[in-house]
Amino acid sequence: MATIDLLYFAWVRESIGIGHERATLPAEIADVAGLIDWLAARGGGYAEALGDKTRLRAAVDQVFVPLDASIVGAREIALFPPVTGG
Amino acid sequence: MIRVLVTDAAIDVAGELDALERAGGGAVASFTGLVREDSGVEELFLEHYPDATEKALRDLAVEAMQRWSLAAATVIHRVGAMKPGERIVFVGTASAHRAAALEACAFLIDRLKTDAPFWKRETRGQGARWVGERDSDRDAADRWKR
Repeated sequence: MATIDLLYFAWVRESIGIGHERATLPAEIADVAGLIDWLAARGGGYAEALGDKTRLRAAVDQVFVPLDASIVGAREIALFPPVTGG
Repeated sequence: MIRVLVTDAAIDVAGELDALERAGGGAVASFTGLVREDSGVEELFLEHYPDATEKALRDLAVEAMQRWSLAAATVIHRVGAMKPGERIVFVGTASAHRAAALEACAFLIDRLKTDAPFWKRETRGQGARWVGERDSDRDAADRWKR
C-alpha cells in the first residue's frame, strides 16, 4: 500500500470534479494503465474521464510517460488530455 | 543565457528582443503566438501543470542551447484568461549566425506544443470547449527527432 498524490488537468479535472487528491493504492497496481482502470471503476465522473485510455496522457513525478510505465515508488501521478499549448 | 517564464501578465516582446540582442550573438530570431481572432472565440484560457511547466520549458531551452550552440534562448508562456489578439507564447534565440537562430527557434515552438503541459480552453457564445490535439503539431515536433 502506497499513498500518492493524484493530479488531474483540463477536461479530466472537470469530469472528475477535483484537481488533486491523495489516494492509497492497492499493491497490485503496477503501472499507469492499472491506476486508470482502478480509478475508472469508481464510476461517475471518474468513469467518464478515464474510460477511454486513448484520450489520456500521464506524468509520473512530473515526467511524461507512456501508460505502461511503472508507478512503483511514485509520489505524484498526473492524468490529463494531450497537451495543446503554444 | 536561458530565460524561462510562465506568467499571467502580458508578454513584453520588445523588451525580450532587446535582451536577446545584448546576448553577444550576431543573429536573433523569434516567434510570437497570438490568440486567433477568427471563428468567434471570445476568450482563451490556458491551464498548466504548475510544478512541471517551467521544468519542461527549461529542458527544451537547454536542449536548444546545446544542439545549436546558442548565445541565448528565451521561452515565455502565458497562462490564465486571454482575449483575441493577445500574446500566448514567445520564443526567442540568439546565435552567431542566422541559420542556428532560425532553426532553434522553430525547434523550440514545435516541441513546446507537444512536450509542455499546457491545455487550451476556448469560450464562444454558447459555452467552453477544450482544444484537441492536432496531428500536424505531432508531425512538426517529430521532425526534430534525431
